[in-house]
Amino acid sequence: MTAERQPAERILEVRGLRVAYASDGGAVVAVDRVDLVLSRGEFLGIVGESGCGKSTLLYAISRLLSPPAAIIGGEVLFHGRDMVTLAEDELRNIRWRQLSVVMQSAMNALNPVLTVGAQMADACRAHSNMSSAEITARSREMLRLVSIDPIHLQSYPHQLSGGMRQRAMIAMALLFTPELVIMDEPTSALDVVAQRSLMVQIKELQEQLGFAVIFVTHDMSLVGHFSDRLMVMYAGQVVELGSTRQVFERPCHPYTGGLLEAFPSIHGPKVELLGIPGSPPDLARPPMGCRFSPRCPLAAERCGVVEPGQYDVEGDLVRCFRYENVDQPEAAAAAGAPGGSP
Amino acid sequence: MRFIVRRLGFFVVTLWAAVTLNFLIPRLMPGNPAIAMMARYRGRISPQTLHALEVAFGVNSHQSLFRAYLAYLANIARGRFGTSLTFFPDTVTHQVLQALPWTLALVGLTTIFAFILGTLIGLLSAWRRGGMLDSVMPPIFVITSAFPYFWLALIAIWLFSIKLGWLPESGGYNITDTVGWSWGFVGDAVEHSILPALTILVTAIGAWILTMRNNMISVLSEDYVRMARAKGLKPWRVMWTYAGRNAILPNLTGFAMSLGFVVSGAILVEFVFNYPGVGWMFLQSVENQDYALMQGLFLMITVTVLLAILAADVATAMLDPRTRDVR
Amino acid sequence: MTEAPLTVPQLADAGTAPPGAPAGEAPPAARSRSGPAANVWRAIGHNRKALVGIAMLAFFAVVAAFPGQIAPDDPQAEIYQPGAGPSLHHLLGTTAYGQDIFSQLVWGTRLSFVIAFAVGGLATALAVLVGVSAAYLGGLGDGILSLITDVILVIPIFPLVIVIAAYQKNAGLLTLIIVLGALGWSYGARQLRSQTLSMRTRDFLMAARVRGERKLYIILFEILPTMTSLIVAAFLGGALYAVLTAAGLQFIGLGDPNSQSWGTMLYWAENNEALGAGMPLWAIAPGVCVALLGAAFALVNYAFDEISNPALRPVRRRKSVDVER
Repeated sequence: MTAERQPAERILEVRGLRVAYASDGGAVVAVDRVDLVLSRGEFLGIVGESGCGKSTLLYAISRLLSPPAAIIGGEVLFHGRDMVTLAEDELRNIRWRQLSVVMQSAMNALNPVLTVGAQMADACRAHSNMSSAEITARSREMLRLVSIDPIHLQSYPHQLSGGMRQRAMIAMALLFTPELVIMDEPTSALDVVAQRSLMVQIKELQEQLGFAVIFVTHDMSLVGHFSDRLMVMYAGQVVELGSTRQVFERPCHPYTGGLLEAFPSIHGPKVELLGIPGSPPDLARPPMGCRFSPRCPLAAERCGVVEPGQYDVEGDLVRCFRYENVDQPEAAAAAGAPGGSP
Repeated sequence: MRFIVRRLGFFVVTLWAAVTLNFLIPRLMPGNPAIAMMARYRGRISPQTLHALEVAFGVNSHQSLFRAYLAYLANIARGRFGTSLTFFPDTVTHQVLQALPWTLALVGLTTIFAFILGTLIGLLSAWRRGGMLDSVMPPIFVITSAFPYFWLALIAIWLFSIKLGWLPESGGYNITDTVGWSWGFVGDAVEHSILPALTILVTAIGAWILTMRNNMISVLSEDYVRMARAKGLKPWRVMWTYAGRNAILPNLTGFAMSLGFVVSGAILVEFVFNYPGVGWMFLQSVENQDYALMQGLFLMITVTVLLAILAADVATAMLDPRTRDVR
Repeated sequence: MTEAPLTVPQLADAGTAPPGAPAGEAPPAARSRSGPAANVWRAIGHNRKALVGIAMLAFFAVVAAFPGQIAPDDPQAEIYQPGAGPSLHHLLGTTAYGQDIFSQLVWGTRLSFVIAFAVGGLATALAVLVGVSAAYLGGLGDGILSLITDVILVIPIFPLVIVIAAYQKNAGLLTLIIVLGALGWSYGARQLRSQTLSMRTRDFLMAARVRGERKLYIILFEILPTMTSLIVAAFLGGALYAVLTAAGLQFIGLGDPNSQSWGTMLYWAENNEALGAGMPLWAIAPGVCVALLGAAFALVNYAFDEISNPALRPVRRRKSVDVER
C-alpha cells in the first residue's frame, strides 16, 4: 500500500482485523479483514452508515471492546507491537501517553460525579509522577489550548455546555500529547456551527502538536474538508481507502459515489436528491459475493457470487471487481487482501 | 441546600399526615374506639387526669371534630402523648424513649451494616461478571429476599436455640440481670441480639445486593467507564470511583423505599424474639388495646423512617453533584 | 493469515443490543424468525428463573384450585391424635388440637393465593390510575397526586395496617384486601408516572393527538401497551408484598384466627409453642409455603427484569486471554 507521505514514519498498521459479536444465532462478524496504515501526523477519516462497523473498528484498535464483542483475528501493530496480544498492564503503558480516545457524547463519556479537573488529574496520575502542582498547571494549559477558561477545572460535566464538554474531552485526550488520537463521532452531538468550529480547532491542534487522528463519522462532507485520507466502510468491510482528494474527485467504488451524490452541492444547478436504494445487509447472514451488490447499480453477475478483493487504483484501494484489471496482482497481494477468485 | 430544605418540607407534610391519620382512624372505625379507650381508663385514674386525657385526645363530645383535631395537634406539638395503659401510670413518652435505644441498636446498626455489605457484594459481583459470585448470588438472594422475616426468625430460634442451644431464644437480656452499663449486662445484651440481628441481616441484604448489582451492570456499560479504561486507570479506581460511585446513587434512593419492608420485618423479629424494642412494644400495645401508646409508637416509627430517608438524601446530595444544582 | 476459531464467550441468550456495543454503533442484529410475542416466549423458555418461578406459581395455583382432591381431610376437624409426628396417614403430623397439618396447608393455599392476586390486582389498578393520570394531568393535579403518592410511600405501611387492624379487632378478608390494596400502590404509581412522563413527547403520541383521538383512547391504547413490563412488575411486586404482609398480620393475630390460611397456622403454632413442644413442622411448614409463594413471585419478577434488559442476564465468562486470539 502506498502511503501519501513517503518519508513519514508509520505508527499504526492494522492487518486483517476481524471483530465478531457473540449472539443467539452464532457469531456476527462486525469488522471483516480490515487493513489500514497510518503515518505520523496523518488525519484519517472513516465514514460509513450506521452499523457498518466503524465504531467497532475504532474500539478494536484501541482494545476497548467488551463482551460480547471480541477480536477474532488480525493484528494491530502500534509502533511494531501487536496490541491484540498485549496484556492489560502492558497496554496501560501505551494508553493515554501514546494513544488516547475522544468519544461521541461528552455528557456520557465524562464521569458525572467528578470535576473536570479530577478526571484530568486521574489520567495524569495514572501515567506519570507529576506533582499536584504540575498536574494542575498542565490541565490549565490544556484547557486554555481548547479555549476553555481554566476555572472550569472545578466544574462538573453537567455544568458545562455541550460544546465545552466536547472540547474538554479533547483537552483531556491531549494531556500527554499522544501520537494518535482516536475520535468516535465527536461532533455528532453538536449543532452545525459548533461542529465546524470544533473541527477547525481539532485541525489546528493537530498541526500544532503533530498527533495523528483517526476520525470516525457518518458525515462525509464534514470530514472531507479536514482529512488527509478517507476510508469508506460498508457492512464491516473497507470498500475504499485513499487520499481525500482522490476519493472526492474520482470516487471509484459505487457506494462511495452514491454517498457523494447524496450530498448535493450548494453551488451549481439544482438536482434531484439521490439516495442509495435498499438498506445495509444483515451481518448475521451477509450476502454472497460483494456485500454491496444487492444495492449496486453497476453490479454484474459475478458480483453476487464471488467476493472481490482490494485493488489498487493509483494509490486508492477499492474493493470492487470493476478495477480488477487496473490493478497489479502483486500490489494486491502485498496489501494482504485475499485474492478475487476462490 | 435548597434540595435539603425541600425534603424537610416534605417530611413535615408526611409527619402531619401521620399525626392526622392517628387522629382520624379511630374516629372513622365503627364503634368509635377513641371513646371506648377512654372508658377503659375510668376508675383507674382520677377524674382530673381523665379529663386531661380526654382533652389530649380530643374525645370531648362537646367539641366539634375540627376543634378536637386542633387541640390534638396542639398537644402533640407540646409532646403530650398521653398515659400508657399497659405501663400505667407511666407516660407514653417515657415508655417510647425506653424502648427506642434497643431498636436503634439492633435494627439501626443491622440495617446499616446490611446496606453497606449488600452494596459491596453487589458491586463486586457485577464487576466480575460470570465469576463465582455473580452466578451463584442472584438466584439465591432473589429467594432469600422473599422470605418472611418472622419465619426466618422462627427457624433461627428452632435451630440455634432449641436444637443447638448456642444462643438465647428470647428477650433483650437475662431477666436476672440488672439493667445498666456493666460489662456483664452489655455482653449479655449483645448475645441476645445476635440471632435477631442475623435474621434481619439475611433477609434485608438480598434486596440491596440485587439492586446494586443491577445498577452496576448498567453503569459498567456506560461510556465514562469505557473512557476510564481508555485512560488506562487502574482497575480498582475504575471500579470504585467511576462505576461504583455512580451505581450506588439509585441504590440510596432504593434504600428509602425498602425501609418500609425493613421496618415491618423489624417489628416481627422483635415480636418473635420478645426483644424489648419499639416494635415489640408496639405490638404489646395493640394486644392490650393501649391506644395512646400505640399511636405514640406509630409516630416514633414514622419519624425514624423519615430520618433514615433524610440521611439517605443527604448522602445522595454529597455523592451526586447534580442534585446540588437544583434546576 | 490464519483465522482463529471463534472463541467469543457464549451468552445464555443475547438481546438485540449487546452491552459491548460502542455508542453510536448499532451492532448487527440477528433477525428472529417470528414476532415479538414469540420472542418473549422464547426468552422465558431460556430463562431458568422464569421457568422455576412460573412452575412454582402453577403448582400453587393447582393446589389452590383443587384442595379437596389433594387433601380430603377437613382441615379444621380436631379429631386426630394431637401433636403427632409425620406419618403415612398424616404427612406432616398433627397440631396441638389434633388437626391434620398437611390438609391445613393444602386448604390454606387458596386464601393466600386469593389475597396475593386480589391485592396485586387492586394495587396495580390504582397504581396505573394514579400514575398515568398524574403524568397526564400535569400541573396542580400532578402535584397533588404526586404528593399523596410520596406520603403514602414514605409512611411505613405495616405499622399503619396494624393500627387499622387494631381498631378493627378482627380484620375480615375483604377488609384485609382493601386495606392492603389501598396502601400498596404508591411505588408502582411512581414508576408508571415517570414512564408516562417520558412518553409524553414521543412522536407516536403526538401523531395520535393530531389524528384527533380522545385522551382516554390515547391512554388506553397508545400508552398502556408500552408499559406492560412495568405493570407486570407492579403486579408481581404487589402480590409479593401482599403475601408477606398478610402472613405477618395473621401471624401476630390481627387476621381472622378462624380463617384457614398459612398465616393463621403460624399464629396458632406460635401460640402453642410448637417449636419448643416438639411439633416443629407445624410452624415450619406453613412458613416454607409462604416463603415459596413469595419466592415464586420474586423469581418471576426478577426474570422479567432480565428478559427486558438483556444486559442483566447470566454470563458464562471465559478468561479474557482465551477470548482474543
